Amino acid sequence: MPKDTTQDGFVVFDRVQKSYDGEILVVKDLNLSIGKGEFLTMLGPSGSGKTTCLMMLAGFETATHGEILLDGNPINNIPPHKRGIGMVFQNYALFPHMTVAENLAFPLEVRKLDKSVREEKVKRALDMVQMGDFGGRRPAQLSGGQQQRVALARALVFEPELVLMDEPLGALDKQLREHMQFEITNLAHDLGITTVYVTHDQTEALTMSDRVAVFDDGRIQQLAPPDKLYEEPENSFVAQFIGENNTLSGVVETIDGDACTVKLDSGEIIDAKPVNVSAPGDRTLVSIRPERVEFNKERLMEGVHTLKAEVLEFIYMGDIFRTRLRVAGHDDFVVKTRNAPDQARLKPGEQIEIGWLPQDCRALDA
Amino acid sequence: MSDTAGPVLAADGRPLKVSLNRALRREKLRAFLLVSPLLLFVLVTFIAPIADMLFRSVENSIVQETIPRTTDALRAWDPDETELPDEGTFQALYTDMVFAEELKLHTRLGSRLNYEKPGISSLFRKSGRSVGKFDTKDYEKAYTDLDAAWEDPATWDRLSREGFPGPRTASAYVGWRETLIAEGDDPLEEDPWDVLFGALHSDLVAYDASYDDPLLQAAKTASAGLDPISYTQQFEDIDEDWTNPEVWKTIQTYAAKYTPGYFLNSVDRQLTPEGVTTRDDNERIYILLFQRTLIMSMMITFSCILLGYPIAFLLANLPMRSANVLMILVLLPFWTSLLVRTSSWKVLLQQQGVINDVLVWIGIVADDSRLQLINNQTGTIIAMTHILLPFMILPLYSVMKTIPLSYVRAAKSLGATDWTAFWRVYFPNSVPGIGAGSILVFILAIGYYITPELVGGTKGVFISNRIAYHISSSLNWGLAAALGTILLVAVLILYWAYDKIVGIDNVKLGG
Ligand SMILES: Nc1ncnc2c1ncn2[C@@H]1O[C@H](COP(=O)(O)OP(=O)(O)OP(=O)(O)O)[C@@H](O)[C@H]1O
Ligand SMILES: [Mg+2]
Repeated sequence: MPKDTTQDGFVVFDRVQKSYDGEILVVKDLNLSIGKGEFLTMLGPSGSGKTTCLMMLAGFETATHGEILLDGNPINNIPPHKRGIGMVFQNYALFPHMTVAENLAFPLEVRKLDKSVREEKVKRALDMVQMGDFGGRRPAQLSGGQQQRVALARALVFEPELVLMDEPLGALDKQLREHMQFEITNLAHDLGITTVYVTHDQTEALTMSDRVAVFDDGRIQQLAPPDKLYEEPENSFVAQFIGENNTLSGVVETIDGDACTVKLDSGEIIDAKPVNVSAPGDRTLVSIRPERVEFNKERLMEGVHTLKAEVLEFIYMGDIFRTRLRVAGHDDFVVKTRNAPDQARLKPGEQIEIGWLPQDCRALDA
Repeated sequence: MSDTAGPVLAADGRPLKVSLNRALRREKLRAFLLVSPLLLFVLVTFIAPIADMLFRSVENSIVQETIPRTTDALRAWDPDETELPDEGTFQALYTDMVFAEELKLHTRLGSRLNYEKPGISSLFRKSGRSVGKFDTKDYEKAYTDLDAAWEDPATWDRLSREGFPGPRTASAYVGWRETLIAEGDDPLEEDPWDVLFGALHSDLVAYDASYDDPLLQAAKTASAGLDPISYTQQFEDIDEDWTNPEVWKTIQTYAAKYTPGYFLNSVDRQLTPEGVTTRDDNERIYILLFQRTLIMSMMITFSCILLGYPIAFLLANLPMRSANVLMILVLLPFWTSLLVRTSSWKVLLQQQGVINDVLVWIGIVADDSRLQLINNQTGTIIAMTHILLPFMILPLYSVMKTIPLSYVRAAKSLGATDWTAFWRVYFPNSVPGIGAGSILVFILAIGYYITPELVGGTKGVFISNRIAYHISSSLNWGLAAALGTILLVAVLILYWAYDKIVGIDNVKLGG
């Protein structure tokens, strides 16, 4: 795992394990260091343990094993209300019997702040999320997006250094979601707070985060900035989970430092970049992004292996073309090309040859 | 909103509202048909009995129906001017009593008036036995001696068509006819009764007229020679009480078809000829009972909240399996007979009972000062709290079940301690459940009957026990109805007040 040395470890999970029933480990050996001011997203399929991690951090679940540190101090024995962590829940958890302003004043009241200070802070927080006029309303009288903003403002109003958000945008429609993604990241960066964000929407994870931790099966499969995650997945789970991906299975033939050749199950030989294969004879899944596949003969690199392909389907999608090919016995090989004036539009039945840069084709674990 | 004036029109040019209503009518009709069996059932078994109860609580036609001539005559009587009603009233009473006695109605009336003035019941019964032996027999003998035609029912029938000498005879004849018909006899077959001759005599001497009918003319001539009898005297001979103006005032006061008397009675007042008065100290029980019922119901409701809230909380927050077991324990009382449960409280709570035994054994209570836990208010409160507890727990539970865990978590993450999170966030969200449970328990408690009856002794009984007494023992249904109506109104007022204060929308039985 590439360690980012600029991170100073504001939140640290140190070999944390969690089991609810004493039989199954929901979180297995979690090691994670989150830097101050960082926006970290936990991404993963349903049931992968994201919420559990968040709840352990917030103090609503206790770690079965291991230590969680906040700003250098172990917090395992600190009750939730003393941790000073802001939290936005998936269903917002706004208190229905209080007005918006009362909801926001709640954390300040329990901190025994003066009324005038309270009002000032509540007003500022509401203005921050552009909800200044809604202080007197009940949560039920707000739209989903407005409730979401109030929940955000409430989590921020007592100026926590760390904010946790568990799928806060899950209930919103696409457009509003994109808008709120933008607002949340901006706010988080402007205020300089550390954010741990949980989602199972990969686009959300990629667009918002400084770093993304991809969870599966109770482990972090990869922790990396979005671009690295997308372009350099470290294993086949990440490759398949993030974005669209073509995979072909085979056996490593030769390895030579940064390059290797793989013999596909159908017999063809291709070039790839070894990522987590170590020796010839290892089984591997090679992964290649649809937009990195080249079929224009003139642009193919000299001396690389190519594959024969038959066009099965051509889909016009406006900004891009999506072509489905039969490659090495697989019917689901996809190529995406930009809709440019000189771009060829393939026809079903056409026989073509495809190739790619060796570094775009990653030989991952089988 | 469009800014065009006038109604919105549908495609066919009709106003949209009309079209919509028409479209909805079929659906409404179908919906109505679906609910109509229940509606009918509720109407017959619920609305109708309540309406009947409301009616009975003011209804008082028994006086007018049983002694109509008397109540008519009493209308003219002013107790301030003459001490007793006039002779005509006594005669009217005689006529009424003869027919009422024949149909055995006078005892019912006696009981009714006895509620208002003790002693009237026996007075009526005694008078009923004696009205057959009045001196009107002398008139009968005199007239039939004069002309045998008077003995023939056909003569009376003919006169009824051609005209009696006066209203008393006419009214008496009608009464006689109806009485015979009511008994299944034929008025043309029966010998005329002496009461008819009494009325005839009074009419003949009252008017200075001459008759074309020789029979009547002869009777009139003879009448002047007969000794007039005094009805007042005759009644006085039966019982001195008939010359007591209070008896007559009572009859006069309760002559009306509708009376507030039962209601006044229900609040320890009485409608007397002098107006509304408070009853004597030793007769006042209902206000006390109402107060006790309300206060004890509140205490029961309160102890149900106190005991039920933690259990419901536990139920709502326990894992499914343990929650189910606890739920069965909560519902267990529902599955055993009310009588059995109440009786077992008797076993537990009595002075030689289990609880006292244990307390004595531990040494908290001395053997000679065992606690009085039953046959008083304590017993009623303990047993009823137990019996009504599920009605508190179930609504509470179903409301608590809907309070998301994330509310409390959010509160804690915002810095609230466990207690603050509970008190400021969880509790307010569970108030609708408390409201629903309290209404349920309170309304059930206020009308409870069996348990107070069994474990309440004399100090722990409720107003409903009194209602039951009046319905099944004293048979004073009017009073029972009035008490019931007051109870109903009290519940409605409480319900209304609750709606004003808490809001009935806030009552949730779940969901
Ligand atoms: N309170 C609990 N008791 C027992 N098991 C639990 C509990 N909460 C979660 N789990 C289990 O732990 C695993 C991880 O759950 P978690 O809620 O962390 O997943 P998640 O990654 O947040 O999923 P999602 O994206 O669906 O929210 C799941 O298999 C779940 O069934
Ligand atoms: Mg989750």
